[in-house]
Amino acid sequence: MASQSSDFQTLSRRYTADKGFRAFIQKGMSGYYKKRDQNKANFQDWQGARDLAAEIKYEAINHLDKYLLEFEEKITARGAKVFWAQNAEAAREYILKVAKENNVHSIIKSKTMTSEEIHLNDALEKQGFGVVESDLGEYIVQLRKEAPFHLVFPAMHLTRRQISDLFQKELGSEPTDEPEKLTMIARDIMRRKYCEADMGISGTNFAIAETGMISITENEGNARLTTSLPKIHVALLGIEKVLPKLEDLSLFLPMLATAGAGQTMTCYNTMYAGPRQLGEPDGPEQMHIVLLDNRRTELLADAEQRDSLGCIRCGACLNICPIFKNVGGYSYGTTYGGPIGSVITPHLRGLKDWKHLSAASSLCGACTEACPVKIDLHHHLLQNRRNGAKTAPNPLEKISFGGFSLMMGHPSLYRLASGLGRIFQPLQGLVNGTILDPLRSWTDSRKLPTLAPQSFHEQWKKQRNRKL
Amino acid sequence: MRISLFVPCFVDQLYPNVAWSVVRVLERLGHEVVFPESQSCCGQPPFNSGYWDDARSSARVTMKAFRDAEVVVGPSGSCVTMIKAFYPDLFKGETDELAARELAAKAHEFSSFLVNVLGVTDVGAKFDGKVTFHDGCHGLRELGIKSEPRALLANVKGLELIEMCEAETCCGFGGTFAVKYATISTAMDEVKCASILETGADTVVSNDSSCLMQIRGMLEKEKSSVRSLHLAEILASR
Repeated sequence: MASQSSDFQTLSRRYTADKGFRAFIQKGMSGYYKKRDQNKANFQDWQGARDLAAEIKYEAINHLDKYLLEFEEKITARGAKVFWAQNAEAAREYILKVAKENNVHSIIKSKTMTSEEIHLNDALEKQGFGVVESDLGEYIVQLRKEAPFHLVFPAMHLTRRQISDLFQKELGSEPTDEPEKLTMIARDIMRRKYCEADMGISGTNFAIAETGMISITENEGNARLTTSLPKIHVALLGIEKVLPKLEDLSLFLPMLATAGAGQTMTCYNTMYAGPRQLGEPDGPEQMHIVLLDNRRTELLADAEQRDSLGCIRCGACLNICPIFKNVGGYSYGTTYGGPIGSVITPHLRGLKDWKHLSAASSLCGACTEACPVKIDLHHHLLQNRRNGAKTAPNPLEKISFGGFSLMMGHPSLYRLASGLGRIFQPLQGLVNGTILDPLRSWTDSRKLPTLAPQSFHEQWKKQRNRKL
Repeated sequence: MRISLFVPCFVDQLYPNVAWSVVRVLERLGHEVVFPESQSCCGQPPFNSGYWDDARSSARVTMKAFRDAEVVVGPSGSCVTMIKAFYPDLFKGETDELAARELAAKAHEFSSFLVNVLGVTDVGAKFDGKVTFHDGCHGLRELGIKSEPRALLANVKGLELIEMCEAETCCGFGGTFAVKYATISTAMDEVKCASILETGADTVVSNDSSCLMQIRGMLEKEKSSVRSLHLAEILASR
């Protein structure tokens, strides 16, 4: 089996070689940048808002023990059931158990990356439960049997034409390249599914400890229907989603909309505080909250990178990342792609198999600058590299840097190497660009710089330090 | 002022003229420039690759070379970032932590030193040409250098600055990343070079020779007539 690292190399090469694809992604992003900047300007002070958001998240993450219990207590008091899932398997088993016990026939689901993380659809389908994604983008990638391409824009890699072709093939619809018509095709099917479904599964953007509520942000209204029509609502969330107070949403909702989609506010923001209460005419009869750890507590124990639990999954770091824009979402091979994925995946799924993602970065820091909750993303990539080199060093790299530091650690050896470089440089010229060229990965696309006839060291000695 | 010159290893080996340009500009402004010859490399390559023990042995040589310096000035946002931003992390809890912090405090990137320490924006330079400026990521995001090189370029006689739309987008160099993930690095370089060519400028300027190595590598490979120069070379010309 190929390693995750070589899969990344293969896929990133394939996507990067496709200039049309890169231009398509870039074009999609340029509209987002414009709207994001307009909406950032609507904040009195965007940088101040980031500081405040980071502080609130810091407080929440550092006191998860308090806020999660408060959340549980409040929402349980209104009849919701809270299940603490230590890992993906426990979460899947619980949801399956609820489905079986209630004799569920049909499941509808709104957008939740956490469900991708635990591979929930696979587990449900294997047990014979049909699951339909109700978010349009998610529905499209589900029909294609693909994972979401991006945390927020799951089908951003597809053209209208591709979507139309897919709908013709899978749904027997007429060809069209009008987004409204494509939406209506999906909507017709979806409306029937909402009425049939007896279980609705959703994600959660924020959980409020103070009031025992969950908050869901969306643009299509599909999450509202998913969570209110079926008789059972299951909400899945990572333990890091909790916020202390209801008023925190007054910052986080516009911030998530701005950073995530370049919107002032998303079309729908709904708070759910439990199942149907006595005397209420509608709403689900049961509400289950699945709190997922899945190694988040290990990340919590890492004081250096704990702030990455503050992520609100807005995708702003993906949108700005020059790596993501070139390699696309599928190269990563992870649920969470882009810079945040490169930071947290080694913690959630093992450093050895996923440290290459931290190496696949120029460390430009655009992600850190874009992050609304100020996660120190690109420095965490450096820390992952350090941790990786410490626990599982690459033998060739270890020898090279050992030699490097020996040379740089001794000024006389550095001078010697500097002289030797000038002797050997012409040899590189002989093999330049051929398979014998050790620098081919540079010279294939870029001209190699040549060593100056004399280093600055030598020139300075001659011109300024004649006495020595 | 007695200024200790920090010459990054690749500038030493590949672009000595950049270092000489710094010397010329500072001497013209009436300062004394010294070059501690025991310096080699700041240690960024092993640091970025995760080999922090190896990075520390290079860094110790740099720290020793500049121990007695009053101020340290270098023509690279990236290598100065290594000293200024990363040495304190690298030596955290080590016996040399204090020395690392002392050097970090007195090290400056060239354009930032001119503008923020010396208070100079006009060095009396002359350069005929249309120029576009590339912001190196380390200088821009780790050191917060954005207006300084532009203030200096604005006072160069005969120079017209045309901003590129992707000025703040990474060129794709990233040290060993450029060879480890050469296809991604190249794709980033293509975006950068297209943005440079779009301006119609005849020269691309940066305060980081490492970015320029990446940009120039592609421009030359594509036989473009656009030249690339370090900011110090522009400021030294008259």
